Amino acid sequence: MIKKADIVIIGGGIQGCSIAYNLAKKGIKNIVILERNTCANGSSGRCGAGIRQQFGTKMNCILALESMKIFETLSEELDYDIELNQAGYLMLAYTEKEMKQFKKNVALEQSLGIDAKVVTPGEAREIVPPLNLEGILGGTFCQADGNVNPLYTTFAYAEAAQRLGVKYYPFTEATEIETENGRILSVMTDKGRIITSMIVNAAGGYSGPVGKMAGLDIPVYSQRHQILITEHIDLLWKPMLMSFSENFYFQQLPDGGILGGYGDPQNEVKGDNIESTWQFARTMAKKMVKLVPILKDVRMVRQWAGLYNMSPDAQPILGEHPELKGFYLSVGFSGHGFMLAPITGKLIAELIMEEKTSISIDKLDIGRFERGELIHEPSVV
Amino acid sequence: MNDETIICRCEDVKWGEIRKVLDKGYTSLNEIKRITRAGMGRCQGKTCRRILLREIAKYHKKRIEEIELTTFRPPTKPIKLGTLAGDDDD
Repeated sequence: MIKKADIVIIGGGIQGCSIAYNLAKKGIKNIVILERNTCANGSSGRCGAGIRQQFGTKMNCILALESMKIFETLSEELDYDIELNQAGYLMLAYTEKEMKQFKKNVALEQSLGIDAKVVTPGEAREIVPPLNLEGILGGTFCQADGNVNPLYTTFAYAEAAQRLGVKYYPFTEATEIETENGRILSVMTDKGRIITSMIVNAAGGYSGPVGKMAGLDIPVYSQRHQILITEHIDLLWKPMLMSFSENFYFQQLPDGGILGGYGDPQNEVKGDNIESTWQFARTMAKKMVKLVPILKDVRMVRQWAGLYNMSPDAQPILGEHPELKGFYLSVGFSGHGFMLAPITGKLIAELIMEEKTSISIDKLDIGRFERGELIHEPSVV
Repeated sequence: MNDETIICRCEDVKWGEIRKVLDKGYTSLNEIKRITRAGMGRCQGKTCRRILLREIAKYHKKRIEEIELTTFRPPTKPIKLGTLAGDDDD
């Protein structure tokens, strides 16, 4: 185990790996990633695989657009096929209020250069022929959205980072952070102490507890979200299907498996429970069969759960903590951390290097909650 | 067994792919599953899990009991969405 590092990243998921890769690319040599299990064992490897640019706030739209640009060439950049599949996202509206919000979103997206459009129910069915249109008032569609393999992507970043000299320690848990007068002294792990003056909290569902190790209260909490996947079948349709009011998302992946999920934030206990429930499988199956009736004969083969790390306004918290020099946050992604990681990893690396960030992210600092400058994202599932 | 031997029939994963992952330095069944998809198919590893455990142990010169299992996830057998969605089977 290494004794001293310039930067210690806590969390070996997509955020930690993307940050490490981007820092190493800038020439930083002595970077350590601590992962208490294996790479992509947490939320990165449990996510729904979708990547989209259709959001309701300018900040999320810009981040997602820039992230997508990176995804488009990421397989070549990292020398690992991440199975990019720009099959589109079809968002469905079931209420007038939702349709109104969607029209607002599309106007915003188009003004930022995102190629999204409003569609009628008829047009939705042209895009997804087996759709049951009952209750659907319309929707929005963006062809450039889609999915990648989140496991491959996380390992791709981890391996590329290691080729540039990053030291990745799997099965190594950070247990304590030692500080003095607002500065970091070291990180204690279950395999020994690492002296460092800089830490990145990229612990996803466990970023709250990692903040506490440093004596800091980070306004995030974690909550279980569940997913199921079916056997591989012939391709029935292409895009992700998503509804906020009906609360679901599901899509057919390139290998033919159909993956879908929903969250239950009102009833779900906050914490790190990731057990699967039968109730979820039944409710999700109902939602899928209702919208695409031919799915009734397709078999579910597996279900699992992961954690959303929620922030008060469903947008990430990025930047150095004002009370602890050298303690950087890349937390609170609220369910869309995987898809934003290519760009946020780059931005955090720029912050750490004290460069001008390629997108202004001052407003995503932790101070926004005290200042009352929350930027609520309306479009999360 | 050689590189062409199929280990996971559901996801069509050959021993050569698994061996390459082990050669890279990965040590756990969890990593092999995530990188190669072995055990993620229709039978959920019922066929290949034992073979994989044995081969990982052999490769890393460990005892088979030292290799950690991956999570067993529901359902035990594939089940139709229509059956799951039905109200009459509680």
